[in-house]
Amino acid sequence: MKMKGSQIFFECLKKEGVEVIFGFPGGAVLDIYHEMPKHDIRHILVRHEQGAAHMADGYARSSGRVGVCLVTSGPGATNTVTGIATAYMDSVPIVVFTGQVPTPLIGDDAFQEVDIIGITRPCTKHSYLVRNINDLQTVIREAFYLARTGRPGPVVVDLPKDVIQAQTEFKYPKKVDLPGYHPTIEAHSGQVKRAQDILKKSKSPVIFAGGGIIISDSTSELMQIAKLIQAPVTCSLMGLGGFPAGITDAGGLRRPNPLWLGMVGMHGTYQANMAISHADVIFAAGVRFDDRVTGKISEFAPSARIIHIDVDPSSISKNVDVDVPIVGDCKNALQQLIRLFEAEPVENQAAIRRPWLEQIDKWRKDHPLTYSKDCNVIKPQYVIEKIREIAGSDAIITTEVGQHQMWTAQFYEFDRPRTLLTSGGLGTMGYGFPAAIGAQMAFPDKLVIDIAGDGSIQMNIQELCTAVCNDIPVKVVILNNKYLGLPRQWQELFYEKNYTGSCLEGSPDFVKLAQAYGAVGLRAEKPEEVESVLREAFKIKKPVLMDFVVSREEGVYPIVPPGKSITEMLLA
Amino acid sequence: MIITEKQRYTIGILVQNVPGVLARIVGLFSGRGYNIETITAAETNEPGLTRITLVTTGDERVLSQIIKQLNKLINIIKVYDFAETEFVDREMALIKVRAEQATRAEVLRIVDIFRAKVVDVSAHFYTLEVTGNEGKINAILELLGQIGIVEVARTGKAALARSKKH
Repeated sequence: MKMKGSQIFFECLKKEGVEVIFGFPGGAVLDIYHEMPKHDIRHILVRHEQGAAHMADGYARSSGRVGVCLVTSGPGATNTVTGIATAYMDSVPIVVFTGQVPTPLIGDDAFQEVDIIGITRPCTKHSYLVRNINDLQTVIREAFYLARTGRPGPVVVDLPKDVIQAQTEFKYPKKVDLPGYHPTIEAHSGQVKRAQDILKKSKSPVIFAGGGIIISDSTSELMQIAKLIQAPVTCSLMGLGGFPAGITDAGGLRRPNPLWLGMVGMHGTYQANMAISHADVIFAAGVRFDDRVTGKISEFAPSARIIHIDVDPSSISKNVDVDVPIVGDCKNALQQLIRLFEAEPVENQAAIRRPWLEQIDKWRKDHPLTYSKDCNVIKPQYVIEKIREIAGSDAIITTEVGQHQMWTAQFYEFDRPRTLLTSGGLGTMGYGFPAAIGAQMAFPDKLVIDIAGDGSIQMNIQELCTAVCNDIPVKVVILNNKYLGLPRQWQELFYEKNYTGSCLEGSPDFVKLAQAYGAVGLRAEKPEEVESVLREAFKIKKPVLMDFVVSREEGVYPIVPPGKSITEMLLA
Repeated sequence: MIITEKQRYTIGILVQNVPGVLARIVGLFSGRGYNIETITAAETNEPGLTRITLVTTGDERVLSQIIKQLNKLINIIKVYDFAETEFVDREMALIKVRAEQATRAEVLRIVDIFRAKVVDVSAHFYTLEVTGNEGKINAILELLGQIGIVEVARTGKAALARSKKH
């Protein structure tokens, strides 16, 4: 039986197990919207297409499934670009369907025509312009396959209106045929052996884990390896949650994980930056040695041999020279390594590492993460500690980008993978709130909290309407210092206190704004109000916007000045 | 990071002949700040497959990134790093040269030495076709330059890996 393109679209999505689409209609996709009510797929109507892309992203990061968004041609498509680039930098599997003008009009500068394939080429894993109805099902099959396999990433599928209106037989392809796409999953056993030889002799190893650990679902393997070789673990921002900061025993008592160093890099902990800089071996898994991690590259880990696992060969030896490259899925490589260590028990590992772990403990005690407490004004770090205390380790935290993001990374203490969703690579302000909505769609019963600043929340505040209209009970914590905090801090430290453009006085009353949208607005102005506001908000089964009036000129510390070695931390 | 000297590298790329594939390759080079000195592309004997030969400059680290990044493009079937293998390469040039009474004989002598061909003749100009490796093309251009070159069109390099001897 022949089907229209719009119907085939939904049949394909069902085959891919899609349960929700984040979208916004327009002329080029109205055939799809016309067909939509006949299918059992939930549609979340956003208020801006950037929100749709970030929601698909938040859904994907929290669940591991492919997130889907659907927008119209032209401005609908261009509005998703920031969301696509965000997903690309952090390897998030999303498929973005964009409407396109009918094929005979392509290239004629038709109404709402834009070359979205051309615009998104540098920030997608792959993209398709479907020119023929007979290609539609194959393209959708390939798009989902590409998005979720290998190093995941966003795929754009551009759908001209006449293709969606045309008809063909529906037969979903069983297999994909992509002769140029063969991601290496199985790590080379010889390389894994070399890694083991280096690791077992190492006196001062550090495991450096990134987002790849979370994507490949390798937390338990990472914990096993760390325990087997008694090596301390640090994470990039993207890796947080991939290794538990604390361990909860059967009785529910949570203790700090002795092998956990905290985050490394520009705002990393003292012990993590010192450990990386004094290590004799760095065992890196699923990271890409971003400049925010390495600081001055020529002085990064000067005395370490580097072992690096990554599924993407281009991430290896891109920024730092690697001694033992291991191309493959982190889970596969770590499992092989665990088998090697188990086959050849090396009992003295704990003894070899003792002096190193003692040194790390000393660093930890010398300069722990801290901030000056104050009983008159709310400290942003205090709010984060309180959220952690009340929400627990199972809540999903999203962030925007800025000081609040770094304080969250430092003070929240993530114990579980996929509980921190943050724009690490692109650093997209406006990401956290729609991402929280996406995550809440994947986990309706979990507590999902966007930790935001007063600057970044305003970048996608319109999605409050989406949350209210669809009963998505996300919680937003605004750490309101009436500044763009990170620019302000950099201006203070590195630009002669010239605060041009970073003062945000004149923002709306967020409590009234929440109420205007039909959400709940709460405010805390004194430290003693923080806990009660949080507890109240977390009980409400509606979207809640909380405005915490915090100390205005608080800085994120430690901070490594740009261009400096990561040992050159300003501690306060 | 060990920085090696900048060199010229020849890369062969076998791609699916689908819309936009060249844009993906060229976009990758411009977006990541790599250099394209020459690029040639044409269909192969296999339907749907195009072979691209590209000459770039950079140090070893850049070359290695280029190869890896190219391999990530979904429509690319195979990348040949000719720094690693023996290869043959040729390019063709059309050269319009001044050929007056006094210089015509010299031009024809050069044509003969370089096994070039005269493909167009007019009262004052010859257009020559010459094929060879880059060195040969550069050599004939230098010689003809002394006589008077009007215009040059070079194809850029096409290259194939040498087949095994046994």
